[in-house]
Amino acid sequence: MESTQPVIDVRGAVKRYGEGDASIFALAGVDLQINAGEYVAIMGPSGSGKSTLMNIIGALDIMTKGKYFLDGIEINSMDESALAVVRGRKIGFIFQSFNLIARTTAVANVELPMAYQGIKKDERRKRALKALEVVGLADRVNHEPTELSGGQQQRVAVARALATRPALLLADEPTGALDSKSTADLLDLFDQINAAGRTVVVITHEDDVAARAKRVVRMRDGTIISDTLNKGRVA
Amino acid sequence: MNILEIVRFALRGLTTNKLRTTLTTLGIAIGVASVIILIAVGNGSSKQIQASIDKLGTNTITINSTRGGFGRRAAAAGTSSKPLTVSDAVALSSPVNAPDIKQAAPITSASGTCTVGTSSTTPGTFYGTWPSWFEASNTTIQKGSYFTNDDVVQGRHVAIIGATTASDLFGTDNPIGQTMRCSGIPFTIIGLSSVKGTTGFSDGDSLVVAPLTAVQRSLTGYNNLSSIVVEAKSAKVQDLAQTEINTIMDAQHRIKNVNKRDYRTLNQASLLATSNSNSSVFTVLLGVVAAISLLVGGIGITNIMLVTVIERTREIGIRKAIGAPKAAILSQFLIEATILSLVGGGIGVIMGYIGSHFKIIGIQPIIVPSSVFLAFGVSVLIGLFFGGYPASRAASLRPIEALRYE
Repeated sequence: MESTQPVIDVRGAVKRYGEGDASIFALAGVDLQINAGEYVAIMGPSGSGKSTLMNIIGALDIMTKGKYFLDGIEINSMDESALAVVRGRKIGFIFQSFNLIARTTAVANVELPMAYQGIKKDERRKRALKALEVVGLADRVNHEPTELSGGQQQRVAVARALATRPALLLADEPTGALDSKSTADLLDLFDQINAAGRTVVVITHEDDVAARAKRVVRMRDGTIISDTLNKGRVA
Repeated sequence: MNILEIVRFALRGLTTNKLRTTLTTLGIAIGVASVIILIAVGNGSSKQIQASIDKLGTNTITINSTRGGFGRRAAAAGTSSKPLTVSDAVALSSPVNAPDIKQAAPITSASGTCTVGTSSTTPGTFYGTWPSWFEASNTTIQKGSYFTNDDVVQGRHVAIIGATTASDLFGTDNPIGQTMRCSGIPFTIIGLSSVKGTTGFSDGDSLVVAPLTAVQRSLTGYNNLSSIVVEAKSAKVQDLAQTEINTIMDAQHRIKNVNKRDYRTLNQASLLATSNSNSSVFTVLLGVVAAISLLVGGIGITNIMLVTVIERTREIGIRKAIGAPKAAILSQFLIEATILSLVGGGIGVIMGYIGSHFKIIGIQPIIVPSSVFLAFGVSVLIGLFFGGYPASRAASLRPIEALRYE
């Protein structure tokens, strides 16, 4: 497997909120490269800039200064419609608050990104059902978010992120709203996904979540303070 | 991403929140319906006024004497002033001098109480006149017959009565052929006039009409006509008829200074013109009310549409985060707004049509077609704009900004 070109290549990322004296640097010059197939946990206390970094990696937000290459393509210079394609095809994003569409069944939620990509109805139904089966919700496909537990909702979100077969799975505090049983289930799921060759990046402030990753990046005050391989996990 | 898919999203968007959809539709429908009905009421009432004026007869000109009768006003009118006489009416009926006058009828106005047995009534109108009066004043008979010129010549005590007078005196009995006494003088009833209705304070059906000679001889005297009703040949020649009346009357009364005429004329056409301008003022007034309700309705629609979109900013953020292009989101919201506006506007038009079938404060509304298009068009445009514009703004946000929106 070639790893000459990283999946994520962030160089000198700066994110500033506000103007002049009142401005705050959420990111104060961050360099980060992540290769295909890696399982990375980004850790840090609140306000360390880890969520801002994640939003930029997920193409949900733009940086004030710096460059970001995703799969070798520079994201900064892209227009809105090209960004929509990147979000839909290259990235699967999982949020702390699930962000499912309300009053819409699990399977319809999973189908949604595929619908925006123009995948035919039969094909996307098949892929959505498969993805829901992978996350263990084959018997809940026609339930709406309010009829599902937090853990189940997050697994629907994982299925939605996986169904588009993205290069990159990004999860922002995915276990933040889950109980320990659901957390364990979800982390097992991430292990499986990573074992299947997909790149996984997880933001967390919980050590036991970070312990499952193969590489741990620690941040503080908008900069990376350490970047270590997790000895126990790397074979 | 094809358009059918987006339409499906829009329909799902509408059906997932049925309450919101219903309320929005209802808001638009009520706005549209109220404008249509309000304008229809205005139009109906103006038509109603028009119809009641038409009933009075539009070609008639009434001549009244300005001789006060007694006291200061009589003195002021000058010693030369003469009362209206039957010879005036005869002169006005001349086909040579008055080619544009169809007919003239002298009127003497009596007062008094009419009785039959123990029943009595005081007619609002008690006229002695010629048979030509009926046509000149647009009065028709629903039962019995008119009196004739022969009745006038002979001075027969016959009378036509109105519906109110008939019911006061006879209840539901047939009055034809019966005799009543008015101020002690007997009159045989030969006809019942058609219902005229009430205009203002006067009941047009509290009416007794008898031959001029009979009333003059027994009640009012010979030298005391209260007015002469003149009918022009058509509404078009009314001005000509008016001139002829002035010429003939000036000659009859030997008037040299037109500012010192001892009579005056009342033209129904000028009455009609006045009432037309009144009803157009009324229509403008209702138009303003309708415009305000359209505005208020429009603000309501704006509100609902804005709230609907703002409330779904987060949903827009989610859709963008999973790869929805801006165009797809915008199309979805525009289609939703279109469906809401069209369905709401359509229901409003139907409600307007149904509502206009009922009498409102005694007025039968008549729909003005342009008001339907106006109300529908304005509501749909407002719905589209205020559904589309905030959606476009939300769809332009970066996903993370839309997601943070609470």
